Amino acid sequence: MTYSSQRVALYYFGGALVLFFVQVLVGVLAGAVYVMPNLLSETVPFNVIRMIHTNALIVWLLMGFMGATYYLLPEETETELHSPRLAILQFWLFFVAALVAVVGYLFGIHEGREFLEQPIYIKVGIVVVSLMFLYNCTLTLLKGRKTAVANVLMLGLWFVAIFFLFSFYNPGNLSLDKMYWWWVVHLWVEGVWELIMASILAYLMIKLTGVDREVVEKWLYVIVGLSLFTGILGTGHHYYWIGTPGYWKWIGSVFSTMEVVPFFAMVIFTFYMVWKGGRKHPNKAALLWSLGCAVIAFFGGGVWGFMHTLAPVNYYTHGTQVTAAHGHLAFYGAYVMLNVAMMTYAMPGLLKREVYNQTLNMWGFWLTTGGMCFMTFTLTFAGVVQTHLQRVMGMNYMEVQDQIALFFWYRLGSGVAVLLGVTLIIYSLAIPGREGGRVSTPQGAPNPAE
Amino acid sequence: MTGGQAIPPIEAAATEEEEADWGALSSLPGNPLMWILILSELMVFGAFLLGVCGVRVMDPALFAASQAQLDRAHGGLNTMVLVTSGFLAALATRAAAENRGPRCRLFLGLASALGLVFLGVKAVEYAAKAAEGIGLETNTFFTLYYLITGFHALHVVLGLVILAVCARRSSLETVETGTAFWHMVDLIWVLVYPILYLIR
Repeated sequence: MTYSSQRVALYYFGGALVLFFVQVLVGVLAGAVYVMPNLLSETVPFNVIRMIHTNALIVWLLMGFMGATYYLLPEETETELHSPRLAILQFWLFFVAALVAVVGYLFGIHEGREFLEQPIYIKVGIVVVSLMFLYNCTLTLLKGRKTAVANVLMLGLWFVAIFFLFSFYNPGNLSLDKMYWWWVVHLWVEGVWELIMASILAYLMIKLTGVDREVVEKWLYVIVGLSLFTGILGTGHHYYWIGTPGYWKWIGSVFSTMEVVPFFAMVIFTFYMVWKGGRKHPNKAALLWSLGCAVIAFFGGGVWGFMHTLAPVNYYTHGTQVTAAHGHLAFYGAYVMLNVAMMTYAMPGLLKREVYNQTLNMWGFWLTTGGMCFMTFTLTFAGVVQTHLQRVMGMNYMEVQDQIALFFWYRLGSGVAVLLGVTLIIYSLAIPGREGGRVSTPQGAPNPAE
Repeated sequence: MTGGQAIPPIEAAATEEEEADWGALSSLPGNPLMWILILSELMVFGAFLLGVCGVRVMDPALFAASQAQLDRAHGGLNTMVLVTSGFLAALATRAAAENRGPRCRLFLGLASALGLVFLGVKAVEYAAKAAEGIGLETNTFFTLYYLITGFHALHVVLGLVILAVCARRSSLETVETGTAFWHMVDLIWVLVYPILYLIR
């Protein structure tokens, strides 16, 4: 850590980790409801549990992105943040808004539009928070050095905010409603979030491998270009069955198939940088998370996405557990692992400590990643059986749920493993290490790789 | 896969102060990012053309009946227009290499003019289809016909913008990059025309 204003990232990482834990805990609860359907059905119905699970995920990922931005922007731009105070105020506003939303959900206050359930005043709050954030970061970028990493990151963050505005547009026609809903949901996770992902990975590669910035930037441009080329029209794979014209089946199938390409490029990029760099950075855990992020994002987003993206396949699998399998591994690989990679890299510097508890952190990596992969496999099998029984054989939905109950028990088990893994990760990030976990080279020393 | 091709040789990786090495793409004329775009475009149009072949296999009768309604003469005319335009763009690149700016701009202008002719012929063709009541939703063949030729026409429009940029700043690098895109538009049409219009 070279600039004192980078410390505001600590607030965001702390808040993100709290919500991360809540998200996974509530996820395990939701998994339990799948096998014990009447659990809490009167007090906290399943739809509310699910809402907290998904909303907490999105909010903590965004909080993590903001923390990552506040951490890397001063180093990239070689200047202090425009206003650290505003950043702290913005954090509390965001965190309190998230808590108010969750408490509101528990009392049944929500707008019932999947993932965008936040009441209107919370949505307005999110916009205010975004404007504070973008104002602060943009002014920092304008007064400092402009690198490709910083520029791409800011471009991504601006578009995250711009596309969120479509959440305010809620037409009465259900087809139109869904059409614009995807402009937020899809164009976030399969569009502009990928810009954020690529630029943060690029930053980590520069720092961890010592490869020249010019080489990393070349890859960054390629990945970002491919993401936008495939991701924007890839939105079409959500337009198959919502009442939009039939040509979307072709556009969606072709472009979303290509969406695997940028993810594959990220795998090649990260492994090639590590091979080429050959520098031994003491923070091995951060490197493990970075490489894991690229690989699991490729499988979760790319491979599991492709599995059911072609319109003739999706005709059968739409909305089955195959979708749940894809959703879980894609979010985990692309965005959870990215955030943990950044936190693992930044936390020792932020807490002014040596790189510590590497072993524990890496145990957290393997336990959580193993749990998520197992969960993905069980949900995929459940989805295949469900597709066949329900969509091919024509059994009714609830009968099919009984047939795949065993998979839901496995899923609950893997969810518990993930909860344990996440506890390990949070502990190893936040709590000081024991003597045995210390390594001799301090990470805090500025060691720019340019 | 574009990523795999960009891996430079090991010797280059060993040097400290290296330039960003684009591997196999480095030896191609123009900006390597343009070549990544070109490869991506070829994949997308390739996938659509595979779709056309799929429709033909699945429903030969519908395919034959719909294909018979296409105007092969207009398509053939447009092929000649676009190939000639590509030739003029190649002459523009040669002029840029010889540092003859005005000559380069002249050929770019002629190439663009033929691009406009292509769009004009396309408009006549679309108008005739519309007059017969054939549209995007008529059947699967025509959905693909409109998507492929429509996307292609949009690339012609973008190509005209790119050629205009080349004419403004006619350095060899810019002209090579821009005309590479124009040749791709040309190449795709040469694949689209036989598969959609001709092969019976």
